Amino acid sequence: MDFTLSKEHEMARTLFRDFALNEVKPVAKEVDETEEFPAANVEKMQKLGFLGIPMPKEYGGQGCDTLAYAICVEELSKVCATTGVIVSAHTSLCAEPILKNGTEEQRRKFLVPLSNGQKLGAFGLTEPNAGTDAAGQQTKAVLDGDSYILNGSKIFITNGKEADIYVIFAMTDKSKGTRGISAFIVEKGTPGFTFGTKEKKMGIRGSATYELIFTDCRIPKENLLGAEGKGFGIAMSTLDGGRIGIAAQALGIAAGALESTIAYVRERKQFGQAISKFQNTQFEIADMATKVEAARLLVYKAAMAKDSQKRFSVEAAMAKLYASEVAMEVTTKAVQLHGGYGYTREYEVERMMRDAKITEIYEGTSEVQRMVISASLL
Amino acid sequence: MKIIVCIKQVPNTNEVKLDPIKGTLIRDGVPSIMNPDDKAGLEAALTLKERYGGEVNVVSMGPPQADAVLREAMAMGADKAYLVTDRAFGGADTLATSTTLAAAVKKMEYDLIITGRQAIDGDTAQVGPQLAEHLNIPNVSYAEKIDLDGKTLVVQRQYEDRYHTVRVQMPCLLTALGEMNKPRYMTPGGIFDAYRKREVTIVTRADLDVEDEKIGLKGSPTRVVQSFPKSLKAAGVKEAALEPEEAANFIMEKLKEKFIF
Repeated sequence: MDFTLSKEHEMARTLFRDFALNEVKPVAKEVDETEEFPAANVEKMQKLGFLGIPMPKEYGGQGCDTLAYAICVEELSKVCATTGVIVSAHTSLCAEPILKNGTEEQRRKFLVPLSNGQKLGAFGLTEPNAGTDAAGQQTKAVLDGDSYILNGSKIFITNGKEADIYVIFAMTDKSKGTRGISAFIVEKGTPGFTFGTKEKKMGIRGSATYELIFTDCRIPKENLLGAEGKGFGIAMSTLDGGRIGIAAQALGIAAGALESTIAYVRERKQFGQAISKFQNTQFEIADMATKVEAARLLVYKAAMAKDSQKRFSVEAAMAKLYASEVAMEVTTKAVQLHGGYGYTREYEVERMMRDAKITEIYEGTSEVQRMVISASLL
Repeated sequence: MKIIVCIKQVPNTNEVKLDPIKGTLIRDGVPSIMNPDDKAGLEAALTLKERYGGEVNVVSMGPPQADAVLREAMAMGADKAYLVTDRAFGGADTLATSTTLAAAVKKMEYDLIITGRQAIDGDTAQVGPQLAEHLNIPNVSYAEKIDLDGKTLVVQRQYEDRYHTVRVQMPCLLTALGEMNKPRYMTPGGIFDAYRKREVTIVTRADLDVEDEKIGLKGSPTRVVQSFPKSLKAAGVKEAALEPEEAANFIMEKLKEKFIF
């Protein structure tokens, strides 16, 4: 058993870290304040191949692996969780299900531009009445000649409006329950596909979170992803992979807050000395660092399990559960160690604490992760 | 155009600390990086390749771990990489280094050699110009801008308070300034290929046609007598609110106090 990263993973981390510090960190505060999608940095990442890291080269990707992708999301999220989730949702939730379930033609048409950075991707499963209970899909797809007609709406969709390609779930046969759900690839600009409200969120405020509305939206039959009725399985396995991305995002937020706090407590003086000299600070930092490292090992283990083609649902659930709870705990402690300053927007730990919360909620709440983990044991 | 870029692996001096007792650099745990001027030189070479075609090969002399900067160069877009490494090359000063590099480069094809102006660990700025001397080719130091005009290069070089625009016949050598450009990022796939699909060619003592007396410690006439940190002086006094005349008088008084004037 070897906990050392390979040289290529270490060098990839250097690249992601340099990019995050030089390009992303300088705008992170502004992205949060203005709630504007960081389009310029997304374009830079598209050109550098950050949006196709684990995708095969034959489909326009970088030919790396899930571990390198997780390290990318981690390093980006250390300085800007918004940027981290843009990459995660695009890669894990849109490119990945097309790679795994798409026909050769679908891969050529949709996966190649997603992987080589020409197009951005998103995923639409959640509905107003179908959150954790994803089986309660009300969006319908009816086959009519050579096309399906979509009607319904999706909410809380990451990369909404900004993305060009969407993987969308809809009921093709309500009588069959989860076996009546199918997956579709829908392109922005398709008549009948519009965007509703943009959510105003607590954190990851630069991430575009939109409602998607389908009104008699006619999509070609060949955009059915996988077989009819296989959508629920596609959604669940896609979310297994997505959880590695969100776990990496949570890890990054926690690690970023820890780095910021270490710098702060060395500078901040009270009672005539740096607060890093007080044992309370030292013990808090020790606990934070230990938890961040434990989260990192779980995230990397899940990524490596996926790369070795093993089942990884439980590993991904544990990584996501633990890393997201660590993110919340570490950012809360980070704010506490910053004192009053930590509660102001002058210091990034305030943003990090707000950003952390969503990682316990999306792509399966912590409660869902506990269900997945316990179901494998009991 | 065939371009060779010489790159050096250096400790990231931003993170180097001085041992307060010995006065030497503490290099343990300090990350190694590609020397910034060399990286700018590599970027300039890759840009020339994009504009005019050709190939960009990279050469580094150093210990086996210098492999990392060559992989990095390939991940940025360099074609072939050569690591000149052997115990026999150890302890080389700038003269022995440039002699060794020249022996290695002589075996390669090139129209242009680019080196960095200087390395951030040694700061000598000697290896590039020495290499040009050994190869008997013209050298233009401190290049900031490079254009191709037929078979010659038009180089803008920085010269204290002005620029010189120099026309130089190839083959030639340029030393590049870190400020000349913003080096491109590697790509993730480029990094994986650099490690998993591509090779760094190892060049050892046995591959080079050079005399033993001219390489390594033996070939190094330089002797370091002492190295020491700059001593810290007390912070100066700030007098911002003075009128020009008062300021002049203030400075004169201070100079008199120190017996300088």
